[in-house]
Amino acid sequence: MPGTTADLDRTPALDARQGLAKLATYPFQILTFVDRDGYPVSVAVKATIEPERGTATLTAPAGFGIPDGTEVSLTGSHIHPQPGYGYDERRHVTVWGRAASAAGDGSVTLAAARAWGWDEAELPFFEYSERSLGQSRRYFDALSAERGTPVKPRLSFGWLALRTTRLPFLSATIVPVVLGIAIAARNGSFDLLTAVLTVIGAACVQLGLNVANDVFDASLGADDANVTPTKFSGGSRVIQYGLVSFRQMAGLATGFYVAAGLIGLLLLALRGSPALLAIGIVGFIVSIGYTAPPLKFVYRGLGEIAVAIGFGPLMLLGAYVVQTRGAISWEPIVASLPIALLVSLILYVNEIPDRRGDARAGKRTLPVRLPKPTVIAGYRLAAIAAYAILVLGVIVGLLPIPALLALLSIPLALQVSRGLEPNYDNPYGLMAVMGVNVKVHLYAGLLLLAGYLVVLVAGALVPSVSLFVGR
Amino acid sequence: MTTLPEPVEGLLEAALVGELTVIDSTGRPVTYPLIPLYDGKRIYLTSSTLFSRKLEHIKANPKVALSITDPIATGGRTDRATIQGDARVIEEDPHGGWERLLPIWEKKEPSIVYFLTQRVALPLFFERSLIEITPRRSLYWAGGDAASMPETTVVGKEAA
Repeated sequence: MPGTTADLDRTPALDARQGLAKLATYPFQILTFVDRDGYPVSVAVKATIEPERGTATLTAPAGFGIPDGTEVSLTGSHIHPQPGYGYDERRHVTVWGRAASAAGDGSVTLAAARAWGWDEAELPFFEYSERSLGQSRRYFDALSAERGTPVKPRLSFGWLALRTTRLPFLSATIVPVVLGIAIAARNGSFDLLTAVLTVIGAACVQLGLNVANDVFDASLGADDANVTPTKFSGGSRVIQYGLVSFRQMAGLATGFYVAAGLIGLLLLALRGSPALLAIGIVGFIVSIGYTAPPLKFVYRGLGEIAVAIGFGPLMLLGAYVVQTRGAISWEPIVASLPIALLVSLILYVNEIPDRRGDARAGKRTLPVRLPKPTVIAGYRLAAIAAYAILVLGVIVGLLPIPALLALLSIPLALQVSRGLEPNYDNPYGLMAVMGVNVKVHLYAGLLLLAGYLVVLVAGALVPSVSLFVGR
Repeated sequence: MTTLPEPVEGLLEAALVGELTVIDSTGRPVTYPLIPLYDGKRIYLTSSTLFSRKLEHIKANPKVALSITDPIATGGRTDRATIQGDARVIEEDPHGGWERLLPIWEKKEPSIVYFLTQRVALPLFFERSLIEITPRRSLYWAGGDAASMPETTVVGKEAA
């Protein structure tokens, strides 16, 4: 059943003739069979391989009789040593069959019946590992049954926490929230306690979202179907690896959302406003609905919009209204738009390597729905729009002139744009591009923030000078 | 007590990769390329739980063979050897028990120490069991040619 999860535990199928064709490329082969004492024997030989006939013929090794009908195998194995490092270019293939001796000349012919092998040039090691998760699960299940107590894979607490929560992605929250606080400060509103609570509460929302995303992707089969995850895509995979149980993850997500909710209520009590309440409710719906049924935004090709809204206007404006006690202006809204577009592009690019697994699981993201040229063009358009909005915001006097510092991140966006085409079908090649793409959002956000710090410092030192066009 | 012949030990110490052959439940030989680690008495190999089918085979039938055949993996040596022996799986602590062999492993694959620091990236690769082979018989081809008779050494039980 190609294309279903049933065939994901194995290396790609290899029939006997294909196996022989691969075996013929090795300079020698290792003949194996079981001797009379019941031990395997393995001897290097040089076989004459005829894939079209489905046979391999060799001279029986001196001192070994191989009776007709004996199950034998021929294996080819290759590595390329890398002194000071180890080796690479791993590949091997084995072909099995019954031995038949030719009369009188001491030769033995193997009629190929079955083959198996792995070539890391065809199936990258990381994907091979992911395809082998089922074997690891069976191993731990058997060991647990043998010992009568659960045996599970482990990671140190720190690494496990980092992996489970996908903590490094927290920049997606920190950037808009701190920016919202900075813009409010520029407008004369700043309260340290509620600023800190906002950062913590927003971080809890994102951590809850990250963990809940894994919970729902596990229950809907999307992460199981993905055999090419990378450090930027495919989820934390702690459930698939058996490091954390589904139940523990569900509990953790709930814990983060409860913490976020309590902080939200506290902020409402301290700085209450209808705007903050509305932002909180919409934010909760967007966050939960990102992967959770019935909304499942990301499964419907709406993930980018949900992320853009959640990690753009909602985060930034939410932080802003906490400081201003509900006052809203165009400045934080406009400032949030480039951030929204750039953060949604993180998701957008990260979905590219996941698209085959996502399609299998019915997760119809934009890269699943759209052809490659359209996806790449979509990235370029959205990135251009992000920077254009920034420039327009400055021109019309809604954003301060130093906000243009964020344009310094354009070379990174160009790097991503150039890297998409050649690496589109190579998840591991795309990993570097995804890393740069995360930096585009982070650096653009930090530079925008730096622009606001310039405005704050200038406002304190030279209040008469305006850094806004037309003011 | 008879131990492995010196040239066979030399091959084990030099080889970046050897071929472990085990017997599956149908009696068929199955061969896996692995790094042989030799401590002067026994041969060790490690297997990630991801690729642990071989461990199931060994538990069901401990008779195995390990061959060192590839001149590219032995620094250009053209001699070859096969060691038949009895294997056992050591899996008291798949998480860290295998790390006692890290010093020998590192000599052959220095990058493994770096990869271990990146354990978070591929945690199941570092959940590993040890395969310990007690040699019973060695076959040695000084010229590497299977057309000539191998020098056969029966390794004494004392080695166990």
